[in-house]
Amino acid sequence: MSLYEAKLSAAGQGTLPPLSIGSWQHKHVLDLDDFSREEIDLVFEIADGMVEILARDVKKVPTLRGKTIATMFFEPSTRTRASFELAAKYLGADTVSLDAVKSSVAKGESLIDSLRTLQALEIDTIIIRHPCSGAACIAAQHLETSIINAGDGCHAHPSQGLLDIYTMKRQLGDLSGKKMVIIGDIMHSRVARSNIWGTRTFGISVVLCPPPTLVQHGMSEMIERCGLNHVRIEHKLDAALEDADIIMPLRLQKERQPSGLIPSIREYIQQYQLNPKRLLRARPGAIVMHPGPMNEGIEISHDVAYGSNSLIEQQVTNGVAIRMALLYLISGGKNR
Amino acid sequence: MKSNSLLIKNARVMDPANSQDEISDILIEGGVIKQSGRNLTASGVAVFDATGLIACPGFIDLHCHLREPGFEDKETIASGASAAAHGGFTTICCMPNTQPPLDSASAIDYVNKIAARDAARVTVLPVGCITRGRAGQEITEMIELAEAGCIGFSDDGSPVSSARVMSIAMENAAGLGLPVIDHCEDLELSRGGHINDGWVAARLGLKGIPAAAEESIVARDIALAEMTGVRLHVTHLSTQGSVALIRNAKLKGLKVTADVTPHHLTLTEERVINNPVKTDTLLAYDTNAKVNPPLRTAADIQALIQGLNDGTIDAIATDHAPHTREEKLCEFETAAVGISGFETAFGVLMTLVNTGEISLNTLIAHLTAGPARILNNRRGISGTIKPSARADIVLLDINREWLVDVRDMLSCGKNTPFDGYTLKGMVVATIHGGEVAYIHQSVRISR
Repeated sequence: MSLYEAKLSAAGQGTLPPLSIGSWQHKHVLDLDDFSREEIDLVFEIADGMVEILARDVKKVPTLRGKTIATMFFEPSTRTRASFELAAKYLGADTVSLDAVKSSVAKGESLIDSLRTLQALEIDTIIIRHPCSGAACIAAQHLETSIINAGDGCHAHPSQGLLDIYTMKRQLGDLSGKKMVIIGDIMHSRVARSNIWGTRTFGISVVLCPPPTLVQHGMSEMIERCGLNHVRIEHKLDAALEDADIIMPLRLQKERQPSGLIPSIREYIQQYQLNPKRLLRARPGAIVMHPGPMNEGIEISHDVAYGSNSLIEQQVTNGVAIRMALLYLISGGKNR
Repeated sequence: MKSNSLLIKNARVMDPANSQDEISDILIEGGVIKQSGRNLTASGVAVFDATGLIACPGFIDLHCHLREPGFEDKETIASGASAAAHGGFTTICCMPNTQPPLDSASAIDYVNKIAARDAARVTVLPVGCITRGRAGQEITEMIELAEAGCIGFSDDGSPVSSARVMSIAMENAAGLGLPVIDHCEDLELSRGGHINDGWVAARLGLKGIPAAAEESIVARDIALAEMTGVRLHVTHLSTQGSVALIRNAKLKGLKVTADVTPHHLTLTEERVINNPVKTDTLLAYDTNAKVNPPLRTAADIQALIQGLNDGTIDAIATDHAPHTREEKLCEFETAAVGISGFETAFGVLMTLVNTGEISLNTLIAHLTAGPARILNNRRGISGTIKPSARADIVLLDINREWLVDVRDMLSCGKNTPFDGYTLKGMVVATIHGGEVAYIHQSVRISR
């Protein structure tokens, strides 16, 4: 169902449909490695309802009225933060937003102390983004408050993983047998890692296509040790794209070149940019996604980013629905 | 009754330097070993009934961090010495990465003075810097440092990058007859790394430290040692490749020695995500398992154990590295590096004996005679129990199980990955120069 169709069908409807959330086990959302297929399906089922709400003229429902949700971002972000804050507001929650880069942390307060202060303020859910891998896990180990990881270093970005799979599913239906290609800087990508974990129960095969210098030496062993049999690594883009159904180029941070990991942006474009010619190698109707922010003209050409295969804008809309679903489930989980 | 005289009765005396392993008494008078043998008696001397216990030379640690001067919130020479005695150590060599670093004779004098005042119950031997400020540029006044009493030279965690500077330092150390003790790490290759460059690093999204960062510098140092004739001591080996390099260097007849830590012999990189005594936790980023060199793989552990058994590795050293609570209670990437190791060393190492991977004799040899050889008998450190040697003795109960609880640790640094582990093999008493430096509450000396 497209957003437009959802808008039509949602017109005039009441509040959220009642849902059984018995299979929901999470107090925190830290990564997708501990999500069962049932839980992901539940998130998607609720997200469908949220998509309807987003299609209304008046988007606000009272589901989380009286709940307080804080976003605490230790690194700059616009879209993820806006997405979470809108999701909370649409559900009627009160939100408080802390720019941790400029606040108490700059005065020397530790991560755990900063979060404990929020806990003492009786915040119900804390959404945290942090440049260090594992920061959200460490927060969850020391706090009673529910934590949602909005991106921690190079580790995980579970809401992004969920919205990516949700977007694939809405477009392609059954994902079983589909081939996904993730291109670029796998080493530093929390999005890639969360997609790897999130897709493991969907019957999708995932091909990681990084330059040899932009993937950890231990990635193959990790794939093996963690039983991620649906994932493999292929360094040649043309080979990787053969029969692809889903293609996701990752942002190439410009600082990877000065640090010596790639010889030049020019060569990266030549070897790894997703452009119309390369797209022809994929299956007809293959979808293109990007976690944003994009470097148009580097990892993805303008024509592809805004072409008919691109679902990049749908990802952004679906992101709000997925985050509404997560907030709803996390708050529901707390009341049980 | 003199406090530095004691009669130890009915101990199983194990002295690897003299291939001794027998039930015997030991008589200590005036701080030195007077005699050992069966049915000894002495009047006016306290008696320690050591039936069922092992008596062996006091442990010698070639590598620890006492943090004073400069970082007294992590540890002081006094607290470090108490922790060392608790762990069975009677001689400890402290690394020079203090503030100021031990790069001058006056800094060495300072440590010696504080140790004499605050830490008389163990022997503290300072290691001097190779370069001024540990900056890797200009060598220290090594002759003066040696005269002040340093037992070797090291820039420890900031190893000398320049082969030229290192070779000059080695020439000087060779002339002084002192070892260069190197923490081998190519800092450019390891930069930004936090754990072993393996599957756990990929899993956690952390940058890895490859084995090659250690091995390339071990290889360089061996070449430089061959060129300069220095005694090279490679500390805290962590990889299979390093063991092979040391083995080859010894086969060539070079004066190369090496040590390994208890944690590198017993823990793998998986310990960062998996704590066997706390299975209910979320995906852990356990900062207490963050150490440099990083915990490696099971294959590396097997190679290190083989190195102990075939004589490639000469000593076991703790790399005792205490830190404050706050320095570990934080993000993994910003957490301090190191393990507080004195007090768990023996119990942890006994797991290797209990599983049959090394013999008790090998273990004790690597804590006594092995490091003593590297110290070359300086300051009367012999690593043996023989008549007229200074009475440095540790008493061990190898059958006693105990629970590691950081609250029982005497070190200011409670940063250990072994908290909550049950270990079999315990230090019961530590005797330094005939005086009781540590004694477990369950034992009594009859006067």
